[in-house]
Amino acid sequence: MHELSITRSVVALCAERANGARVQRVTLVIGQLSGVMADAVRFCFDICARGTPVEGASLEIIETPGRARCLDCGGEIELPMLAMRCLCGSANLQLLSGDELKVREMEVV
Amino acid sequence: MCTTCGCSATTSAVDAGPATGQEDHAHAHAHRENDSHWHVHSDGTSHSHAHEHGDEHVHAPAQRVTLEQQILAKNQQLAERNRGWLAGRGVLALNLVSAPGSGKTTLLERTLRDLRGELVIGVVEGDQATQIDAERIRATGCPVIQVNTGTGCHLEADMLARGLQHLDPPSGSVVLVENVGNLVCPALFDLGEQAKVVILSVTEGEDKPLKYPHMFRASDLMLLNKIDLLPHLRFDLQRCIGYARQVNPSMRVLCVSAQTGEGMAGWYDFLRERRAATRRDARVIEGG
Repeated sequence: MHELSITRSVVALCAERANGARVQRVTLVIGQLSGVMADAVRFCFDICARGTPVEGASLEIIETPGRARCLDCGGEIELPMLAMRCLCGSANLQLLSGDELKVREMEVV
Repeated sequence: MCTTCGCSATTSAVDAGPATGQEDHAHAHAHRENDSHWHVHSDGTSHSHAHEHGDEHVHAPAQRVTLEQQILAKNQQLAERNRGWLAGRGVLALNLVSAPGSGKTTLLERTLRDLRGELVIGVVEGDQATQIDAERIRATGCPVIQVNTGTGCHLEADMLARGLQHLDPPSGSVVLVENVGNLVCPALFDLGEQAKVVILSVTEGEDKPLKYPHMFRASDLMLLNKIDLLPHLRFDLQRCIGYARQVNPSMRVLCVSAQTGEGMAGWYDFLRERRAATRRDARVIEGG
């Protein structure tokens, strides 16, 4: 359950950047191929935020789809999971998106 | 009604004037039963009026702060610090990852015994609890530090930093980090190692690289362990290797048995090769 540790990092990062203000909304970007489950982060968020300036904040998660370029045929494909091949049969894929794991923005009052 | 916040005032004494919708204004609610209160607007005007709700609150415009920051940035910074520290000393660090029970500790024990006198190897043992693995490693005569992660399911870069401080590996040596047995979480946390080595035992099922692709993608080498048991199992070695390469086409694969020693020479060659490269790089750093 690395999402607990991930969510703690999110809360710590926001609390630090809030600089004494109260955080009322946090927006994360979590890619489909990041290895982090958005639902598990949602589950942990309130618990991790308790007693911090992030307590009570709403959480918005933007989930980005996985995309890759095939290094053999040059085509671009959707990649909903890592263990996939290109339509040409190649597994030699370069990730274009879907591995994002970041805090995009927050709203403070 | 309050023209700023729209709350239903019925006993308004002073009108706040036309609201722009932008000004800050605070409500001081000293009431709950009789529902009357007064409040001050940012332009200095104040009025009292009745109110439907009883909770104290402040209306201030929310400020949007753009962060665009990697969630794991802090771990990554600490990992880079470890990597620099290791590179400066010419120490090769490998992060050994696997599911519980793949034979990591047995593999380490054999490696330490077989390479004694040739390579100086220190071990950082990660487990949720107990000193059991550290004691097994200590029995081989090699220095070992046990890191207990408590409820944590993986090692993080700061834990390795503490482990390295205690271990104090000499220049040119090798540090083998045995991560917590878990094929999911350790894939995401860089420790500052030169490479991850994933260990998969043939008793686990050949489809694990597809089921846990992150770990197999993050690793440079797969050690397929316990191959001495193959005659007793229905495990398709080639299919497993094919799955691993599907997830990670540049993955090196070695079939070994830490029990019998079969195939271990290939693993030792990998260690020698990586250690030589690390020492070469360290000399380049020293030479400026």
